[in-house]
Amino acid sequence: MSQGCQQPTAQERTLQVSTELIATARVGAYHHLTFVAPGVAERAQPGQFVALAVGGETSAHLLRRAFSIHQASPGGPCGGTVEVVVAARGPGTRWLTGLRAHHEVNIIGPLGRGFPLPADPAACVLVGGGYGSAPLLWLAAALRERGCHVEMVLGAATRDQLFGAADANRVSDGVTVTTDDGSMGVKGWVSVVLPDVIARSGAEVVYGCGPMAMLRSVTDIATAHGAIAQVAVEESMACGIGVCMTCVLPVKGKDGLTRMARSCVEGPVFGGDRIRWEAFGNGLCRVPEDAEGAASMRAHR
Amino acid sequence: MVTGSDGTVVSPTIDMGIQLAGMRLPNPLMSASGCAANGRELHRFFDIAALGAFVTKTVLADARSGRGTPRMAETPSGMLNSIGLQGPGIAAFADDDLVWLKSVGARVLVSIAGNTAGEFADVAAALQGSPAFDAVVGVEVNISCPNVANRGLVFACDPRSSAEVIALVRQSLPAVIPIFAKLSADVTDIVQIARACVRAGADGLTMINTLLAMVIDTDLLRPQVAGVTGGLSGPAIRPVAVRAIWQVRAAMMEGRIRTVPIIGVGGVRTGDDALQLVAAGASAIQVGTATFNDPTAPIRVNRELSAALQGKGFARFSDAVGIAHTRLDQWR
Repeated sequence: MSQGCQQPTAQERTLQVSTELIATARVGAYHHLTFVAPGVAERAQPGQFVALAVGGETSAHLLRRAFSIHQASPGGPCGGTVEVVVAARGPGTRWLTGLRAHHEVNIIGPLGRGFPLPADPAACVLVGGGYGSAPLLWLAAALRERGCHVEMVLGAATRDQLFGAADANRVSDGVTVTTDDGSMGVKGWVSVVLPDVIARSGAEVVYGCGPMAMLRSVTDIATAHGAIAQVAVEESMACGIGVCMTCVLPVKGKDGLTRMARSCVEGPVFGGDRIRWEAFGNGLCRVPEDAEGAASMRAHR
Repeated sequence: MVTGSDGTVVSPTIDMGIQLAGMRLPNPLMSASGCAANGRELHRFFDIAALGAFVTKTVLADARSGRGTPRMAETPSGMLNSIGLQGPGIAAFADDDLVWLKSVGARVLVSIAGNTAGEFADVAAALQGSPAFDAVVGVEVNISCPNVANRGLVFACDPRSSAEVIALVRQSLPAVIPIFAKLSADVTDIVQIARACVRAGADGLTMINTLLAMVIDTDLLRPQVAGVTGGLSGPAIRPVAVRAIWQVRAAMMEGRIRTVPIIGVGGVRTGDDALQLVAAGASAIQVGTATFNDPTAPIRVNRELSAALQGKGFARFSDAVGIAHTRLDQWR
């Protein structure tokens, strides 16, 4: 995976487009929104995201909401479409999920670096937590096109909060579902079933998208089985385009030095072994003492 | 609307060019420090050389990791940030970022800071070692970042500390490079601070920086940003910027401060917003937080401002600077 792996380059051109919402659907606890986004769909890769403006031109909510692309479909009768999955949790997402078809939404994308795909066919496991599974069905299809064996592990607190479980069979060679409350599949976390799935499938790569604690555990399990972890992180963003410096996390570079990396332009997908997981806890992320520039913060915080 | 001899509608030209403390700029719109990184990211959306000037993220002597996260909280018509001046340090900035900015033809207003007055001067001096120093059209001295350890004691809250920094930076740069003191509105009397900076050699003023503020996460019942407090920005603070610019401009008109150009910044999202700051006394405008909503905001605001001024019959942008002061006198 480390060699011969095609790392998507950071997008050379970024588009800001006014898009039309053409379909909305409730899926369990989530809303599935489809936008006609010509230019965005054609260039998007699994793992990349879009940043949506909310509330209209005079909105008091200035910050864009970032969503992982669930599906990008170039062409089509009215131009390429981009689909996202939204959980209505705050005023911005409530505004989005309250929209009806034909409403205009300003979208920037595709943004960030997507999931690196193996150059040669390899067995892969895709692990999604909650609606973190949104980009994984598309990724699964892309991997299978390359001849990869694809297994999926989808977990959530409850059956209602699972996403994509019904469609996962169509795009993969095996699906394992877990719920914290046992309302569907195996009772417990994805970490309960993941070791077996990796061992059984001989997976060389484990892809993950979901809460940080889950991604850490996915990385640990993958590493213990000699597999590579590629995880898409979810950090709070204000801009999505690399200028606000809010979505940072400590990431170890190839030179071994840890830097506070922007998840919007350097991620959102990182090698799991690069992330300094020990820095996270209690809803906070601390700057590791050995991170570049950490010493000057102690002198002047 | 003007109709040409052949009956077609032609837009009257308006001169948006400015002379800012000796620097000629094609238009008055700029990015705002800390809202545009160092150019490459926004250049994917528009040609940053089209800006009057590109204002860089504040650079200090050494590389800084910035703070932990969360670093941000959304607020009504704005946001709170607590980044902690993350950046590469002046050497990497001078050798890399500034060189790139010059390569795309940007006119650069470099924002600098330091832990001490001496560090400000060292950063200013080191800037001159850059092979791209000729792209620099000015230095913005960030004496007002609220995201510092001793928050209540930022340089810009004290006239003597402000003057000390400005005097040292002024001595560290060639006279042809104008320096702008970036002020905080979190003070009892901003005119007093402005006067101290101008007397110490500031060639202009940038007003205003973010306002020190705080948000509580009501789920966790704790401060929402890891740095506890942060800087408030966005349209929510625009009326504060207009007030601060008005007060300092008035003091200049009354002869209480030597007249120097003011770069207005604070909550500008549209051309009409910009016009408020201009009419209050700003000779140039920076667009910051609005860029997070619309990456093209700085050049869009320039277009909108130009159209608004044309619509009101102005032939030159500079004729509108501070005009609200005279209108009030007429009315009285």
